[in-house]
Amino acid sequence: MIRWLAGLIGFALAVTSALAAEPALIGVGYLGVAATRSTLSLVEQPAENDGIAGARLAIEDNNTTGKFLGQRFVLEERRIREGEDVVRAAIALAEKNGFIIADLPADALLKVSDALRERGTLLFNTGAIDERLREADCRANVIHTAPTRAMLADALGQYLVWKKWSRWLLVVGSHDEDKLFADALRRTATRFGAKIVQERTFEDKGGARRTDSGVTLIQRQMPVFTQQAPAYDVLVAADESEVFGAYLPYRTWDPRPVAGSAGLVPRSWDASQDQWGAIQMQNRFMKLNSRRMSAVDMQAWTAARMIGEATSRTNSGDVKKVTDFIKGPDFSVAAFKGTRLTLRDWNLQLRQPILLVDGRMVVSVSPQEGFLHQVSELDTLGYDRPESKCKLK
Amino acid sequence: MQAEVRTQMSRMWRVGLLSGLALAAAPAHAFIAYVSNEKSNTVTVIDTDSWTVTKTIKVGQRPRGIDFTRDGKFVMVAVGDDDTIQMIDSKTQAVVDSLPSGPDPELFAQDAAGKILYVANENDNTVTVIDLEKRARLGDIQVGVEPEGMTISPDGKTLINTSETTNMAHFIDTSSRQIVANVLVDARPRFAEFKHDASELWVSSEIGGTVSIIDPKKHEVIGKVTFEIPGLRKEAIQPVGIGMTKDDKTAFVALGPANRIAVVDVAARKVTKYLLVGQRVWHMAFTPDEKYLLTTNGVSNDVSVIDVAAQKVIKTIQVGELPWGIAIAP
Repeated sequence: MIRWLAGLIGFALAVTSALAAEPALIGVGYLGVAATRSTLSLVEQPAENDGIAGARLAIEDNNTTGKFLGQRFVLEERRIREGEDVVRAAIALAEKNGFIIADLPADALLKVSDALRERGTLLFNTGAIDERLREADCRANVIHTAPTRAMLADALGQYLVWKKWSRWLLVVGSHDEDKLFADALRRTATRFGAKIVQERTFEDKGGARRTDSGVTLIQRQMPVFTQQAPAYDVLVAADESEVFGAYLPYRTWDPRPVAGSAGLVPRSWDASQDQWGAIQMQNRFMKLNSRRMSAVDMQAWTAARMIGEATSRTNSGDVKKVTDFIKGPDFSVAAFKGTRLTLRDWNLQLRQPILLVDGRMVVSVSPQEGFLHQVSELDTLGYDRPESKCKLK
Repeated sequence: MQAEVRTQMSRMWRVGLLSGLALAAAPAHAFIAYVSNEKSNTVTVIDTDSWTVTKTIKVGQRPRGIDFTRDGKFVMVAVGDDDTIQMIDSKTQAVVDSLPSGPDPELFAQDAAGKILYVANENDNTVTVIDLEKRARLGDIQVGVEPEGMTISPDGKTLINTSETTNMAHFIDTSSRQIVANVLVDARPRFAEFKHDASELWVSSEIGGTVSIIDPKKHEVIGKVTFEIPGLRKEAIQPVGIGMTKDDKTAFVALGPANRIAVVDVAARKVTKYLLVGQRVWHMAFTPDEKYLLTTNGVSNDVSVIDVAAQKVIKTIQVGELPWGIAIAP
């Protein structure tokens, strides 16, 4: 018995010293979709590595810190092609990785989260902005660094109301996600006292986003589409599907600014964001990826940094320990937005300021001054605790 | 009875005379403060006797970190977007030279002799080492992500660098230029300051909202100063600059967008008072006699003057746009 105990102690000592010499490996998986969507503006076309590029930078940042702590982060990337089984790919990724950064559509994300629940893998939703993932369909193993439609709509609405542009002409696309964004904008208008003077639907009749004939036709169509509107201050477009939004600025019948899916756009991040020390990260990102950083890149960077933040604070790579810390009351992460970011404990959504950008500059950052809250002003953006339907399980 | 009144009168008269003398003697103790204006690309020169701006010096792009050389002959100002540190001749008050600081210098520290300068390069995760006399680069040290705060221990043996995204204070041996210890602090550490007796290192965390107190021998956080201001959101409290009196009894901490300087009892590690200054207060400097503390207020474009003994703000001076750093002639 004593010999056995001594042997055990000897073994434990050997393990400890081996750990001290060899850095602890922390596996982070990245699960995304291989296809990129088409945008009206060529400039806005997402890069082939949109999202992954942000995760790669955060892994580098984590490793710079990790070398002082004996931690090494490894990123395993997996992109799903059409027809491939996302659940199978997720399970394969989870073999080596306790954390998975997922840029997936809502349904795929739910399937993956349910398939990995028993395993204890922690998922980070960095792509889907659907409200339902934080409400009726919320999951205890999914943390959301992507903002929600309601957060984006509220961020925009607060600014428009602050600017006293409170009469909105709402133009909605004909796809489901356009309608969801319109729902969020209507909720925002009600919350903050704006008035939607009229709604119009822009039907997607198909057609190419690029043509040799160019802008001639658009220049004729858009003024006609926006004429005879009741008096309004700003046209708010809900066009996540990229069918018409970007055609509206400078082409409305009445000379009015455009906001929403074009013109002044709410985003978690922008290539032009350089406040609060962001310039250093923008420079690092450019150096690593030879392009500018998008919102999805930032959402993935934040997810990977949250993992790194928690492993350094707990001095551990243990998934359970790290997960508990991230979900606990002491967790916060710095992400170049002028304030610490924390999780809403009722649905695991990351609280964050939202930038309002025009494609060249950051015009403003919400929450706007004067929108008050008893817990955090960041909770004036999106659904608050009392309204939430989420029951984490 | 009468005699007593007379004695009192004469004492009052004497006190009056003395304070009059003190006032008359004040100009001899006038100092010159240099303030870097991040947005205007200028350095404002302030006379601490008249509390007026006496000159505005054009410098390179995005001036932030600023300090005197030990001999008082030059003011060094890090102009980050020009990737250099410019040297202002304190006599002629003009830029006369520059230093090979490496890319994007922000804050820097020099050794006791004033011979070697250590510069934090935010973009490169490095600290650049410069020979001040030869104005030549001696080498660099790899540190964490976004190095920022820089200070040197009173004995000159340990250089401290804080890295904003790694959230550490790195302890660097100045002779071997190797990192000897790393201490994890709260998020976005921006500034480090030793107690004059070297017994403690104070590190401010802008996003974490705290000041960590580190035992420099054990390399451990032994305490934390926290801040609470009624009616103000926790997120608005963002500690940056730290100033400590020579007797190590009182520390002043700039709280950024909280628009206040916290007065901290160093022994108790507790805030005793909050002084309202200008908006987004960044950094600070004492006059050498420690009578006054000057703070740079980024958003309101001014400098607040604090009477150190009275712990009161007595004056505000308009400077350039987005004042950031401040140095006062020794």
